[in-house]
Amino acid sequence: MSSRSRNGRQYWVAVRAMVVLTVVLGIGYTAVVTGIGQLALPAQASGQLVSDADGQVVGSALIGQSFTDADGNALPQWFQSRPSAAGSGYDGTASSGSNLGPENADLIKAIGDRRAAVAKLEGVSESEVPADAVTASASGLDPQISPEYARLQVARVAEARDLPEAKVSALVESFIHGRDLGILGDPTVNVLELNLALASMAH
Amino acid sequence: MDSSLLAILQVGALALVLVVIHRPLGDYMARIYSSTKDLRVERGFYRLIGVDAHSEQSWMAYLRSVLAFSLVGVLLVYALQRAQAVLPYSLGLPAIPEGLSFNTAVSFVTNTNWQSYSPEATMGYTVQLAGLAVQNFVSAAVGIAVAIALVRGLARTRQGTLGNFWVDLTRGTLRLLLPLAALVAIVLIAGGVIQNFAGFTDVTTLTGGTQSIPGGPVASQEAIKMLGTNGGGFFNANSAHPFENPTGFTNLVQIVLMLAIPFSLPRTFGVMVGDRRQGYAILAAMAAIFVVSLTALTLFELNGAGTAPQLAGAAMEGKETRFGIAGSTLFATSSTLTSTGAVNSMHDSFTSLGGMMPMINMMLGEVAPGGVGSGLYGMLILAVIAVFIAGLLVGRTPEYLGKKLGPREIKLASVYILVTPTLVLAGTALSFAIPAVRADVEATSILNPGLHGLSEVLYAFTSAANNNGSAFAGLTANTPWFNTALGVAMLFGRFIPIVLVLALAGSLASQPKIPSTAGTLPTHRPQFVGLLVGVTIIVSALTYFPVLALAPLAEGL
Repeated sequence: MSSRSRNGRQYWVAVRAMVVLTVVLGIGYTAVVTGIGQLALPAQASGQLVSDADGQVVGSALIGQSFTDADGNALPQWFQSRPSAAGSGYDGTASSGSNLGPENADLIKAIGDRRAAVAKLEGVSESEVPADAVTASASGLDPQISPEYARLQVARVAEARDLPEAKVSALVESFIHGRDLGILGDPTVNVLELNLALASMAH
Repeated sequence: MDSSLLAILQVGALALVLVVIHRPLGDYMARIYSSTKDLRVERGFYRLIGVDAHSEQSWMAYLRSVLAFSLVGVLLVYALQRAQAVLPYSLGLPAIPEGLSFNTAVSFVTNTNWQSYSPEATMGYTVQLAGLAVQNFVSAAVGIAVAIALVRGLARTRQGTLGNFWVDLTRGTLRLLLPLAALVAIVLIAGGVIQNFAGFTDVTTLTGGTQSIPGGPVASQEAIKMLGTNGGGFFNANSAHPFENPTGFTNLVQIVLMLAIPFSLPRTFGVMVGDRRQGYAILAAMAAIFVVSLTALTLFELNGAGTAPQLAGAAMEGKETRFGIAGSTLFATSSTLTSTGAVNSMHDSFTSLGGMMPMINMMLGEVAPGGVGSGLYGMLILAVIAVFIAGLLVGRTPEYLGKKLGPREIKLASVYILVTPTLVLAGTALSFAIPAVRADVEATSILNPGLHGLSEVLYAFTSAANNNGSAFAGLTANTPWFNTALGVAMLFGRFIPIVLVLALAGSLASQPKIPSTAGTLPTHRPQFVGLLVGVTIIVSALTYFPVLALAPLAEGL
């Protein structure tokens, strides 16, 4: 066989291999994993959708939400999520961080503004505002905040809802999720789940 | 607990898992690639594609097969994207434009997985599955095959052949990647990663607003994305997206997946050349670089220098609460010291010196432990250079594992280490040297002005040429210049080294084995490990220090 026809044969082998592998790896593998996932772990495979007291789906436990009015002002009766760079905020079709660098003037200004706004909303001094309250997450969909930021919001939420502060505080403490395996990541509070519990508490 | 202590415990847990799995996995891979028996399903596959599994290939034939298979892959992924409008399960998304299709096709075939696009707004399920996921498997299998060919070159004597590419590809896919990925995908689903075909679900939120919750076959993609050191995300936010990586636990699983095969391949190498100590020396060099780099990045980020992090109180911009800083830096180090390029935090928002570490990791050539296969062959090339330098120092003909390293071998290794730096520096320089390009890069592509903007461009070419795929993602790369230039950098950065590695493998395989003497440099002792680490660092430091001084160092100091 000449070297040219040998080379040509390689391409014919490659095409056939790619077709078979596409069927096996692209379709077969995905179908099997999807089948097992949907049968054995349906809640997880479907994205852990959560419902309110009326059974209405209001979101996913894994995807953060805004708790603001249409103009982006924080609604005082809800615990607030972190700032978000996904679309106009917690847009599930546009996950993204801000990608602003450590010396970026826009970021520096934004952090200063957020710090002042959070301090004013919570009625605390600016130095008490934790880092996660003034920074956008990597996904823009971070469903969680630090326990410090959750605790900071207790007094304001309790007042807005006319609930005893101790009761709201106890609720927050019960929603603190510790580190996985005791060492992985940071302790967190899931804002949507906390707010759902808060809503049913008021009922 | 103190955050440094937690970071150390986390690495300890990771190290424990890797120590436990590297022996069985390394031995298993050695068996796969040494076995003379074919499974029944493999025999059927060979018949279907028309391959004689027992014919051996010269290095040239092996290379022709690699290139033919990769070219077919590029054409298929390109065609799928161009045809997206008429494919099923495309979520109503239109065909993908030529430039972006080219970039993405090259990106996934070269195991880079650079993404100039935002997946949830661009790629329907069919392109993700039939195009991208398939390449996640086979580009990884190709990388391992080339590394195994080089190991055979070192192990064999007076032979003209290196094995059969089609057999190596098949076994790597069917016996190694497919079963592991399927198993891990189920674990990830249990951990909260989604797996469905639901498309976008619109919900009314607690405050009465609306939100679109995305769906998708994510876990199946995620498993092979990490296991094959690919890194291309199902979503724009990649492994920071809560549906790709929902918890601290899944985060550790993903880190283990990135490192499992690359840290086990030195064991495979040791077994196949008949001296496990040689494998452990390579592994020790990889691990040493990994630990130093991880420590530096973690300290930079925990320290949180820079105006914005100081003002915020911590370097939490672009980081997820559930991972924290240590979970982000461990992921970033693993992703850029392998060829994965997945991110669970935004490197563009790291502190100035912290953001430099992923760049340095890639500039080291991604050898600690590197991508699946490419990490091992990259480190073995550096071992050849290290032996050569040691030989110069003492005035002896260099030899490695009983193979004489003559002018041909040294030339091949030297050209290898010049390829990616040339692509990185030339690509970055051209982005600013061509006036029209520069105007476009500055007006359209760069997000952060000043020095940080230069870092964004430098990072992009470093990532593309080293087939990593991570980004300083503020850069808008979906432009004619970046789609083309980065596409070329990915192609050359993948296949020129493969040509050189296979040529080296062929020339080593044909040599006789010379017995070691008292004057032979032992390549399994700590002294050699130190030499290898030194060579790795010096080669890239000399190449890249000037440009690092212009961008991240200037910003951070």
